[in-house]
Amino acid sequence: MSSPGLDTPYRRREESVTLERLEAPLAGTQVEPDAELFTINMGPHHPATHGVLRLLVTLDGEVVRDVTPLVGYVHTGIEKSCEDQQYWKVITFVERMDYLSYYFNAYAFCAAVERLLDEQVPARAQYLRVAHMELNRIASHLFWLGTSALDLGAVTVLWWALRDRDMVLDLFEMSGGQRLHPRYFQVGGVIEDIPPGWARKCLDFVAQMRTRIDEYEALLNENQIFLERLRGVGIVSKERLKQLGVTGPLLRASGDPWDLRKTMPYSTYEDFDFRIPVGTVGDHYDRYRVRIAELRESLRIIEQAVEGMPEGPFITTNRKVALPPRHELATSMEALIHHFKLVTEGFRVPPGEAYEAIESPRGELGCFVVADGSSKPARVHMRDPSFINLQCLHDMAEDELIADLIAGIAMLDPILGGIDR
Amino acid sequence: MGAHGRRGPKRGRRVIDATGLELVAWAVREAMGEGSVRQTVFFRDQATLDVRPDDVHNVLGFLRDAADECFDVLASLHGCDYFPAEPRLAVHYQLLSTERRERLGVRTRLTVEQAETGGVPTVCDLFPTANFQEKEVFDFFGVRFEGHEDLRRLHMPEDYEGHPQRRDFPMGGEPVLYTFNEHKVPRWYE
Repeated sequence: MSSPGLDTPYRRREESVTLERLEAPLAGTQVEPDAELFTINMGPHHPATHGVLRLLVTLDGEVVRDVTPLVGYVHTGIEKSCEDQQYWKVITFVERMDYLSYYFNAYAFCAAVERLLDEQVPARAQYLRVAHMELNRIASHLFWLGTSALDLGAVTVLWWALRDRDMVLDLFEMSGGQRLHPRYFQVGGVIEDIPPGWARKCLDFVAQMRTRIDEYEALLNENQIFLERLRGVGIVSKERLKQLGVTGPLLRASGDPWDLRKTMPYSTYEDFDFRIPVGTVGDHYDRYRVRIAELRESLRIIEQAVEGMPEGPFITTNRKVALPPRHELATSMEALIHHFKLVTEGFRVPPGEAYEAIESPRGELGCFVVADGSSKPARVHMRDPSFINLQCLHDMAEDELIADLIAGIAMLDPILGGIDR
Repeated sequence: MGAHGRRGPKRGRRVIDATGLELVAWAVREAMGEGSVRQTVFFRDQATLDVRPDDVHNVLGFLRDAADECFDVLASLHGCDYFPAEPRLAVHYQLLSTERRERLGVRTRLTVEQAETGGVPTVCDLFPTANFQEKEVFDFFGVRFEGHEDLRRLHMPEDYEGHPQRRDFPMGGEPVLYTFNEHKVPRWYE
């Protein structure tokens, strides 16, 4: 240990193998002038990057000194493709952006178009949308929980979470016909009413899910490895997060109760009684606890939406926007004409632009639509929360160990389909 | 009932309505000069200020810091191409006030020439969140943000030519480039 370059905190830690926590932890120390830095690529093909995310990581031993996310590996030009599709076909495209929260993408787009059309959506449709979006939030959070726990070494949680996510997908299949990307939301409402038995099955799921969340928490909340990996790691202040535009569970974990469902209610969220879980420290553990608490709140919303579902139409009766019901086609010439026009040309949207923001499982999902008066949008842009939130990875991981970088990506919950679009 | 029937002024919450937008525009003009706000647009309950490209940084700084405004979060920054209207390119800034729970759009219109010569200043120093999004707008629309420290392509490959989100950029038919056919399909996008 005589040569100057070798007597670094990292080397000292290497030589003191102990189970005690370090008095002065290595992470957080300043880079030494003679430190040997090296740069490596993590990804694009790396199981812990949750997709094809490439990170350019500058390391000082095992300490991350700099991390730059490089994205674009699954860029498919969906925004450009949307400009060549009629409004009702665009829904199919936007659902494939953030592929774990498809109902949210569809809702953001439909709501923006409804705003441009100044179209009223029936209350039953809004309740159905809320129920499906909250189910989707649960499915998305469950997938996050499973993969994140897997990154931290807990394999069981992955199987449990995916098992329970399958119950949500069963419900989606029952109502929309598809397990993923169901294209259930339409401009003006939803495509079909829920089938008989759906409400019963949904409430059964809610009851079962409550005990399942208890099981997850029993597994993880006081798990020594989990606590060691998450507690006190990756703290970013809420002021910094707001500067970086970070929203969603990440911001709430740092103590800012900002949730668009409460602060700027859309759809019918003002009808429901639910709470906004917030963290106190802003570390990875808070991010985990906030999302688990959100699962419970989503269950409450689903229960209220299904039990209080108003009667009435499930899609607007404006025949210029929504398809007429099937039975009318056999008896009404006008219905046939409307059907033909809607399917071949699509509906036209008056010129204007709208930005519609909703709370997706990852934060503020905004859809910006520009209409030029034709039946195809002139511009569709998704402000995807994964894309914006990715910018705080540097703040989370800088001067921490590389293992904590993995935990950081897991807690960030990035969806590369949404980042690259 | 319905999405729009329920929206409306809530108690204790100031909404930027058509009048409120004019008041904001007046305050901005007062601080930045008469020509800074070109137009105000109030459409379907959403307010947008159309400002001069040079003034974007000052206007956003004013809206963030002035005592009466406090738009503390830049929710979104995105580009748009209004082709064939002129000036055809635009950059949109969606501001959000978490204290008052209201949104305000700021938009600036640019000609292609202005956009490519750095006619609009970066707002990364005011809102660090703009970093990625300005790169994205540069990548897709070719808007050079004056003063952005690391303006490079984000989604497209770094040797890509053209800005694909522009309306005159052809859709589809793009051959997949490999090393073996790279020289056979140069400038295929024209």
